[in-house]
Amino acid sequence: MTSTTATSTMRPPRSEVGLIGWLRKNLFSSVTNTLLTIIGLWIIWKVITAAIGWAILSATFEGSDGAACSREHAGACWPFIQAKFSQFMYGRYPEPQRWRVDLTYVLAIAGLVPLMTPSVPGKLFNTLYMIVFFPIAAFFLLVGGYFGLPYVPTELWGGLLVTLVVASVGIAGAFPIGILLALGRRSKMPIVRWVSVGFIELVRGVPLITVLFMASVMLPLFLPEGVTIDKLLRALIMVALFSAAYLAEVIRGGLQAIPRGQFEAADALGLSYPQKMGLIVLPQALKLVIPGIVNTFIGLFKDTSLVLIIGIFDLLGIVQLNQTDAKWFSPSTGMTGYVFAGFVFWIFCFSMSRYSLFIERRLARGDRR
Amino acid sequence: MKSTTKLFALTTAVLVSTASFASAQTLDRVKQRGTLSCGVNVGLAGFSAPDDKGNWTGFDVDYCRAIAAAVLGDATKVRFVPTTAKERFTALQSGEIDVLNRNTTWTLARDSSLGLSFVGTNYYDGQGLMVKTGLKVKSAKELDGATVCVQTGTTTELNLADYFRVNKLAYKPVVFEKADEILQAYQAGRCDVYTTDASGLYAQRLQMQKPDEHIVLPEIISKEPLGPSVRQGDSQWFTIVRWVHFALLNAEEAGITKGNVDKMLESTNPDVRRILGKEGEFGKGIGLANDWAFQIIKQVGNYGEIFDATVGAGSRINIARGQNNLWTKGGLQYAPPIR
Repeated sequence: MTSTTATSTMRPPRSEVGLIGWLRKNLFSSVTNTLLTIIGLWIIWKVITAAIGWAILSATFEGSDGAACSREHAGACWPFIQAKFSQFMYGRYPEPQRWRVDLTYVLAIAGLVPLMTPSVPGKLFNTLYMIVFFPIAAFFLLVGGYFGLPYVPTELWGGLLVTLVVASVGIAGAFPIGILLALGRRSKMPIVRWVSVGFIELVRGVPLITVLFMASVMLPLFLPEGVTIDKLLRALIMVALFSAAYLAEVIRGGLQAIPRGQFEAADALGLSYPQKMGLIVLPQALKLVIPGIVNTFIGLFKDTSLVLIIGIFDLLGIVQLNQTDAKWFSPSTGMTGYVFAGFVFWIFCFSMSRYSLFIERRLARGDRR
Repeated sequence: MKSTTKLFALTTAVLVSTASFASAQTLDRVKQRGTLSCGVNVGLAGFSAPDDKGNWTGFDVDYCRAIAAAVLGDATKVRFVPTTAKERFTALQSGEIDVLNRNTTWTLARDSSLGLSFVGTNYYDGQGLMVKTGLKVKSAKELDGATVCVQTGTTTELNLADYFRVNKLAYKPVVFEKADEILQAYQAGRCDVYTTDASGLYAQRLQMQKPDEHIVLPEIISKEPLGPSVRQGDSQWFTIVRWVHFALLNAEEAGITKGNVDKMLESTNPDVRRILGKEGEFGKGIGLANDWAFQIIKQVGNYGEIFDATVGAGSRINIARGQNNLWTKGGLQYAPPIR
């Protein structure tokens, strides 16, 4: 007897699929796991209720000074953030000139978004805009002193503005220098190799805080009296050189992973050294070490807080500075400021890491055959 | 040959100009620049902290403004340079700042070996002790066997050891790296006593959960005279900064305030007339305009007004005048007369 119609398939037992099945399989599969699940849930519950209680339920939302937040078991002091928000964003950048900072951000986004979105055409023009036009425009906009824009000395800069300036100049400076150092370290020319190795090992052997300290405390003593180099500029150069050394080692790791055959094939085709590196080796090497590069950049972004010790106020610095304003003193002001700063840092670092994942997956397409 | 001579002359000129620059009068440089570069703390409640608009406020900050008012006639012409504890002296030596107003303790070592000169004491601070009212302690002498929270690696720690040894009291130090940590530990009951500079204790009290349950004991166990300092070797500038301090004190003593200074111009009191430049040429004597003290008081206020508004009764920190009162009112602030 042959059946011409398919018998209706029986539903799997309810204990195997759906929500209950999933729970059984993943959370309550054994006594130990059940116990761990319960403990985990209990911890999550405790943390979340405490966080919500602090940030919302017992928080202060209105007030004009710290007295409003000074009571027993008071939660977050949000009016503090509200009153100081523009300082956290711009530092002491003069208020009538803040549109210049905003315009710089707009120019940056206008260049970065199409550059980072693979489907947008015109990448060459876009890259030129970002590496030639944008830095010049940003410099004139932020510093001023030309085209009728009043000069704004860097000691008035602060907050997120300084964090972004230090991080982006650091990243933009460190990347090309890092590549050159990595290539230099693998070079067959002894002097180039020794200089690269010397620089990398010297910089890696010294903490960033020491380097910044040198730049701010020792350097002025060597210069003639009255001659001062801008503090922010000193920090920018030091941060860029410092991350370049770390980046060089990451990239060197990528170079070492490229099989010999690739180099030989390039040589066999008669490519010159720049062609060989630029067309064959580096594209493969850099793709391999994207996680390492992004790691370095995220580290650099967070290291920008160290400029605080030389009297430049980045986001964290300006938050700490404003915690010393006696008007806002309260038991919870300090904590609120730190949570805010941490949250802003997290937004930027998290976006960087997500974008790098996206790029990694996109570039990995070539490996899937 | 000729060109060699020329080159030599040029080189000499460059060298001489650099050399003369080094010893150039600070006053001339400040006037030429049009702004005063003033080193302040990177954030210390009541002394230098930003307000909601981001303007610097505080006791040290007002001293910078007073100097600018005296020298340039405009208290707003100040470039504030926030300096950390370690870079403050370098900033002064390298000429990055003209005067250091950064709650710096005047000691012999600093006066002699750092190439700077303290012009006077504008704030008498000292290490204080804070305890919970629940302990029912009225004096530091009753603290035998107490546990004390203190910041590590500071003179505070050494002063504490000295004081308890001299008074033959036993104590147990609990050391921390940061002021925030000490505050938490003290509130959590890990120690009976919290010690740091008295001005700091008052500021920290405001950040406590229950400020009313803590008192600052009357004993001050160390001397911390804070004052402005300038580069050594420029006596003209030294004199100016010193007399700005004295003018602030003399103004308070003579009863001249920000509010009544215009009326005081018509006063017949010879003291007041000399301070405000109506009699004598005292301003010219130190290289300033004759109304220098008038400008200070008009734009910034007298010593008492600065104190009250920044750290005293008019601020949330609410530190008692104590030793910082005028000598006529039982304090230590005493200024030579302007005459």
